Amino acid sequence: MKRISALVVGSAAVLLAGAAYSADLRFGVKVETPSVDPHWSTNTSAIAVGRHAFDHLIAKDELMGLEPQLAESWKAIDDLTWEFKLRKGVKFHDGTPFTADDVLFSFDRATNIETPTSFKQYLADKKGEKVDDYTVLVKTSTPNPLMETDLAAFAIVSKKHGDGASTADFNSGKATIGTGPYKFVEWKREDQLVFEANSSYWGPKATWDKVTYKPIKSNPTRVAALKSGDVDIIDQVPTTDIPSLRKDPKVVLSAGTGNRPFYVWLDSRRDLSPYVWNNDGSPAWPNPLRDWKVRKALSRAINRPGIVDRVFEGSATVGTQLLPEGFYGYNEDLLPEPYEPDMAKKLLAEAGYPDGFKVTLHSTTGGYLNDVKVTESIAQMWTQVGVKTEVVLNPKQVFFSKITGAMNNSTAVRTYSVASGEPSIQLKAVVHTGPIKGTVYCCQPTGMSNPRSDAAIEEAIVTIDRDKREQLFKDAIGIAVKDYGILPIYFEVYTWASRPGIKYIPRLDGFSMAIDVVATN
Amino acid sequence: MTVFIIRRLLQAVLVVIIMTLLVFFGVMVVGNPADILISEDCLGECYTRAVEYLGLNLPLYEQYFVFLKNALQGDLGTSFKYGVSALVVIVERMPATFELAVSAMTITIFVGIPLGMWAGLKPDSLSGKVIMGGSILGFSLPSFWVGLMLILLFAVELGWFPASGRGETVEVLGIRFSFLTADGLSHLVLPAFNLSLFFTALVIRLTRAGVRETMFVDFIKFARAKGLQVRRVIFVHVLKNILIPVVTVLGLEFGGLIAFAVVTETIFAWPGMGKLLIDSIDNLDRPVVVAYLMIIVSLFIVINLVVDIIYSVLDPRVRLQRVQN
Repeated sequence: MKRISALVVGSAAVLLAGAAYSADLRFGVKVETPSVDPHWSTNTSAIAVGRHAFDHLIAKDELMGLEPQLAESWKAIDDLTWEFKLRKGVKFHDGTPFTADDVLFSFDRATNIETPTSFKQYLADKKGEKVDDYTVLVKTSTPNPLMETDLAAFAIVSKKHGDGASTADFNSGKATIGTGPYKFVEWKREDQLVFEANSSYWGPKATWDKVTYKPIKSNPTRVAALKSGDVDIIDQVPTTDIPSLRKDPKVVLSAGTGNRPFYVWLDSRRDLSPYVWNNDGSPAWPNPLRDWKVRKALSRAINRPGIVDRVFEGSATVGTQLLPEGFYGYNEDLLPEPYEPDMAKKLLAEAGYPDGFKVTLHSTTGGYLNDVKVTESIAQMWTQVGVKTEVVLNPKQVFFSKITGAMNNSTAVRTYSVASGEPSIQLKAVVHTGPIKGTVYCCQPTGMSNPRSDAAIEEAIVTIDRDKREQLFKDAIGIAVKDYGILPIYFEVYTWASRPGIKYIPRLDGFSMAIDVVATN
Repeated sequence: MTVFIIRRLLQAVLVVIIMTLLVFFGVMVVGNPADILISEDCLGECYTRAVEYLGLNLPLYEQYFVFLKNALQGDLGTSFKYGVSALVVIVERMPATFELAVSAMTITIFVGIPLGMWAGLKPDSLSGKVIMGGSILGFSLPSFWVGLMLILLFAVELGWFPASGRGETVEVLGIRFSFLTADGLSHLVLPAFNLSLFFTALVIRLTRAGVRETMFVDFIKFARAKGLQVRRVIFVHVLKNILIPVVTVLGLEFGGLIAFAVVTETIFAWPGMGKLLIDSIDNLDRPVVVAYLMIIVSLFIVINLVVDIIYSVLDPRVRLQRVQN
């Protein structure tokens, strides 16, 4: 697999390789977990932190592939029933043995706990059943091809301690008793979160004796904290600092492509779109974006490598679709879109817009890394080929509810991560016209509508066969991208910086976990 | 005095109610919290359930009445983001902020007033001019920049102080303090200094202006003619007279230090409540924003009350007026 995984090791790191490392790890993170309760939040930071004290039935490795954790093996008995064989001899931190009862209890708690960021999305329509202490059946009312991915989502807590425990009980540590490689010590919100190694862990032993998470939101401070030795490793290294940190012999960078695609959303559904005008300022009728050639022209006008090099200082990769390379459902036939401004002008002329038209490009400000610069770059590139583009930026709170949520835009720079590790939710939300009968549909409307990609998605989400389903995903995204329904632009590269002697195993999902910090000497 | 205090407290209740109205409806003008809080994979029934849990399915005015009803029972709501009581989230961070604000205030008083008096007594000396020049810098340099420079110089280059965080703390009566440990104290130095910079400059200028003015007033001339020691004239007669405006400003600014030390807290990753407000607005975590501002408004009212009481201690004329009224 050719996923970019640049590991930049300063020369001094090699010299210092012999130095002993302390077995304490201090991790400076940009985003603090909202809670230690592993069922409270599906946020990246919450799941990452949760995996220290709690194991899952199935874990996701750094490439979001599935690996057995508390479930040793699993199989579909028929279309509606899956059997999970649990690992034997596993003990919770307090010494109680782990059994099927804990699985059923966790299943129930994760489904029913009242929270805005609920795991219910993964667990609804599933029913757990105990066969014996180490066998669990999970039943659904319709065939569910996503069973493994869904069951990988939630953490297993102890029934003994978790029964009746509130989120506050987890935050205080009273109920934070799991089977994971680290034991919870204490959490002072906004200050520090401490774990210590679980010496009786069933799996590979913890690398660190003590792990301290320190939330440092401000970018320059996080970098300074690493340089001054306050912390051993930081995440979300600001792109502007990367060139200088690369040269710094006292810093090791670990980087890898993330699972968050950024794309241009185009309104090709409506005949009259609110932010497209003729050159004289009158509303454009019919909406030029409905024309395939216009959309292709807009795509060819964007200099993607330029954005990656200039805006991100190389800390991004050109996107050809919604999934990063090597991911389940990645379509190898889709190649990077060439940057051809002349071709773009020609296409516009052919489509009947030799002098272009006017359009507004919406985006967030401060919602994502470099979002403002990216939007302004794209607007300039479009203007250069004759499509006069105005930029309107909004804070993410306004953007999601008043702009994109209300379809109050014609073009926008947007993103939708493939957080679950399986692309069906993402395709439903970004590509499918929606709503799909008998299934849930996203709250925000797509700008594109293509019956062929719709059909492929509808078939994929009920296909159990993994290879057949993957082919359908490839077809769906292939059709959407070749139709220029969406214009994929780039993927963020996630970067961690550490002191010499340790490095991070970059993760597609961007989780910052002590489990993935390894000593290099 | 009692009537005065009761009247002030009644006003306070009114202010708090108006404030909750403004904030409550203001947050919804910005955007719907549901769009921010609910994860992008949570669709259909999951979404509906989450909206119901947050109480956002009710009409806005009903949401407000629910909030009022709970508030009267002492429940300011559950944080959308953290899932625990909004009040707990805020109160947890109060000691850190108070500690920072009190430290900054101490620096301001013990550095600002003496320097200001010196500059006022010797306005033409070199030292006086240097102090005044320095105070202009303290005024005009943006505190996020100064904060970063402090970190770069003292943490990264010299390594004297840590770059961020609160360090080791000691629990006294259930409240955690960091100034009681060496590690905690070293964490406190840079942020407290950074926070105090602006206010120290302000106090220097106020004190200097006061001293310059008072030195030529008749009662000072009389005191000196009477043969009182210069020290006594300055530290009793002059100081007492210039303190009224200084106390007013310090009082008002102390509230500001507590409520809005956002920049310093963010730069130094100090786990205080100023940062909490910004984060909560960012997440449209309405219960926390409302509760936070309710606490801050009450705090300001109390501080103003205290300032008024200090006035009457410092200046007999204020007491006299009240009696006459």
